[in-house]
Amino acid sequence: MDWRRFGFIAFIITILFSVVVLIGKAEISPVVIVTSMLATTIAVATPLTLGALCGVYCERAGVVNIGIEGMMLAAAFFGWLTAIYMNTVFGLAPMPSLLGGVAAAILTGGLLGLFHAVLSVTFKVDQIIGGTVINILAVGITGFLNRQLFFEKGSIFGGNVPHAPGVLPRIQIPLLADIPVVGRIFDQQPITFAAILLVIITHFVLFYTRWGLRTRSVGEHPRAADTVGIDVYFMRYANVIIGGMLAGLGGAYFTLESVPSFEPLMTNGRGFIALAAMIFGNWTPFGAWAAALVFGAAQALQINLQFFRESIPPQWAFLQISYVVGLAPYLLTMIILTGIIGKNIPPAADGQPYEK
Amino acid sequence: MTANIVLKAKGITRQFPGVLANDRVDFDLREGEIHALLGENGAGKTTLMNILYGLYRADSGEVYRGGQRVAFHSPKDAIKRGIGMVHQHFMLVPVFTVSENIMLGAETTRRGTLDRKAVAAHVRELSHQYGLDVDPLTVVGDLPVGIQQRVEIVKALYRNAEILILDEPTAVLTPQEAEDLFRIMRELTQRGVSIIFITHKLKEVLTVADRITVMRAGKVVGTVQPQETNEAKLAAMMVGREVILKVAKGEASPGENILQVKDLQVDDRRGLEAVRGVSFHVRTGEVLGIAGVQGNGQTELVEALTGLRPIHAGKVLMNSHEVTGKPPRPIIETGMAHIPEDRQRHGLVLSYPVADNLMLCTYYLPPFGVRGVIQPRAVDVNARKLVENFDIRTPSPYVPTSKLSGGNQQKVIVARELSRPIKLLIANQPTRGLDVGSIEYIHKEIIIMRDRGVAVLLVSAELDEIMALSDRIAVMYRGQIVATVAAAEVTRELLGLWMAGATPDKV
Repeated sequence: MDWRRFGFIAFIITILFSVVVLIGKAEISPVVIVTSMLATTIAVATPLTLGALCGVYCERAGVVNIGIEGMMLAAAFFGWLTAIYMNTVFGLAPMPSLLGGVAAAILTGGLLGLFHAVLSVTFKVDQIIGGTVINILAVGITGFLNRQLFFEKGSIFGGNVPHAPGVLPRIQIPLLADIPVVGRIFDQQPITFAAILLVIITHFVLFYTRWGLRTRSVGEHPRAADTVGIDVYFMRYANVIIGGMLAGLGGAYFTLESVPSFEPLMTNGRGFIALAAMIFGNWTPFGAWAAALVFGAAQALQINLQFFRESIPPQWAFLQISYVVGLAPYLLTMIILTGIIGKNIPPAADGQPYEK
Repeated sequence: MTANIVLKAKGITRQFPGVLANDRVDFDLREGEIHALLGENGAGKTTLMNILYGLYRADSGEVYRGGQRVAFHSPKDAIKRGIGMVHQHFMLVPVFTVSENIMLGAETTRRGTLDRKAVAAHVRELSHQYGLDVDPLTVVGDLPVGIQQRVEIVKALYRNAEILILDEPTAVLTPQEAEDLFRIMRELTQRGVSIIFITHKLKEVLTVADRITVMRAGKVVGTVQPQETNEAKLAAMMVGREVILKVAKGEASPGENILQVKDLQVDDRRGLEAVRGVSFHVRTGEVLGIAGVQGNGQTELVEALTGLRPIHAGKVLMNSHEVTGKPPRPIIETGMAHIPEDRQRHGLVLSYPVADNLMLCTYYLPPFGVRGVIQPRAVDVNARKLVENFDIRTPSPYVPTSKLSGGNQQKVIVARELSRPIKLLIANQPTRGLDVGSIEYIHKEIIIMRDRGVAVLLVSAELDEIMALSDRIAVMYRGQIVATVAAAEVTRELLGLWMAGATPDKV
């Protein structure tokens, strides 16, 4: 990850923030706007960050994973379902139910990771096809179960969506969150904090530990790893499962942290944007996080503009139409993938099954 | 000479589908010796070493390490017993540093993190101790091949290897790098390391080995001392018949100019000037050899002549028609044949069947292509004829070319190029990485073409090859031709000096 990329990222984020400040400064002070934008950016970047970390683990070990989207969607559904079951059927308190939901989401992601590893490592199925299978499977299963469980007559919940146990509570970081105005940034929900922590942990694991060195060797030159006694298949399995668990946590964000409900297709391409963030971050955790923040900022722009609906000058009115702004992340993705902001260098053996 | 036997293989047999790769092979290695294992490609050398290193398992036979019977299930077991292997294709991660590569799989950690400092110190110490001169902090991909090989050696020593297996270590080295390697090998043996040196190059074996074991078709033919043998005898052992190492050729009878090159300038891939004003000509019925250490512009020169690389300035005349800057097809149609440097990347479509590769230059012309449709019968007739005439060893003309051995792949190219009516043959490193039998064959074909009146431009980094085949020799150094002489009037030493940059007038 080079400084040019971080510079580009900072530049785009500054532009996005400036737009909101320019529009809103008549009503609210710029500091408040920037703080609010920053807090929203960090929060909405959470699933992208976790999805990108999933990609980092998988691809650093040499397995391309385009199934992040499906992993997140399935995890969002099963996490939510588990929380409802624990809360409504087993009568547990909301908090344990939510935590149970998070655990179930992580488990779902891990199992789909295992599934991807079986396909791509053991059976050497084309990894793009394996990922696509996961994406289609997730859409089908969650859509089907969602309808069968909640909306069919005579189903378990008898056609009523039960009351969900809410979302994970905010956590204030002591001292930092008490700072006036800026403290808002340090007042976030747990999965958001976890994502940032996991960025740091992943960076450390990947570049400072034995596990990381071996993981990278398996993604760069598996035969070299094999000749010094490293079990290539084990390393790939383990990393794809770890990646899946992170995507699962990212999925939990949608139904247990962001909103207390599930909708079919609610991940809405975030898994793919996460993949783009990972590529733009050149397969590094911090790079991926920075790129995820760009996408988060674009989304935060969209959210914050709604507060200033009245004060938008007529020549900027087109920004109100949410799908114009909504396009921003996708346009950014395309620009980034062209490689004009610097060449993206994937691990050398990325996507190649290893034959002993 | 009653040195300890540190490694011994007894009656090793290993069967692969369709091939008996090792047939009751006996082999032993004494402490502190360099034991060369000589044989052609496919003789079973690498299979035997992979068994000794735990990558394969033998169907039957025993391996003893220091008198003790051992069974290696994976390289890990072999490493544990002090055996290290330097593979022909290096097992190094290019984006890792030297230290990272060396510690991989045997990492030193401090409180859970990699202890890079300790490893670097250890690497420096080993490197110093054995005169290897390796910097632990460089990224391996930035190092020249010769140094990467040393990294592999340090990697083995780092794991306390007492036995080193070097698989074709000189195949990728320049002559100077090979000399350095031999010095290092001697240094290692003086410190008690025992070395198995796998190769098919006869000269090298005679220079460095203490003992030589020759393998052929999965069997050990015999073990000899270098003092009691010579190149011809070894070659005969390897191939199983007398081999003519000297190419038999008569006087050349050159005719008119076929290829004329005037002040040619060509840039390399990075846009740097690689060929800097080269002029020469090749006549019918002669071989012009271009000698030079690799990387002095030969590759770019040949690519420019064959239409694969844009020409910056200068002129190329083929049969007195200008072909400067034309694409390959019109140049080929003037009667040029090309044996490219990298046969797998530029000479063949490896996934195509042999039959298709054999008509790749003329597929669009009758009899192969009629009104845009390929004629399978013509392809079949052509393939069977060429497989027979050029002695290409393949189960059928329809197996993917990737399944053939290197020598037979090269024969496919030679067959395709030489079976057409041609006026000029450009052969770039035509025998690189081939075994003695194939080299002999290809050399013979080149001389036959010459005697039929074809003009031959031979580019090779192997001085022996240049000396054996050329009628005239041009030496390339830093993109220029520094000397052109008649082959009969020059010595090996003189050519060597010119290749190293000495100008002819100063000699």
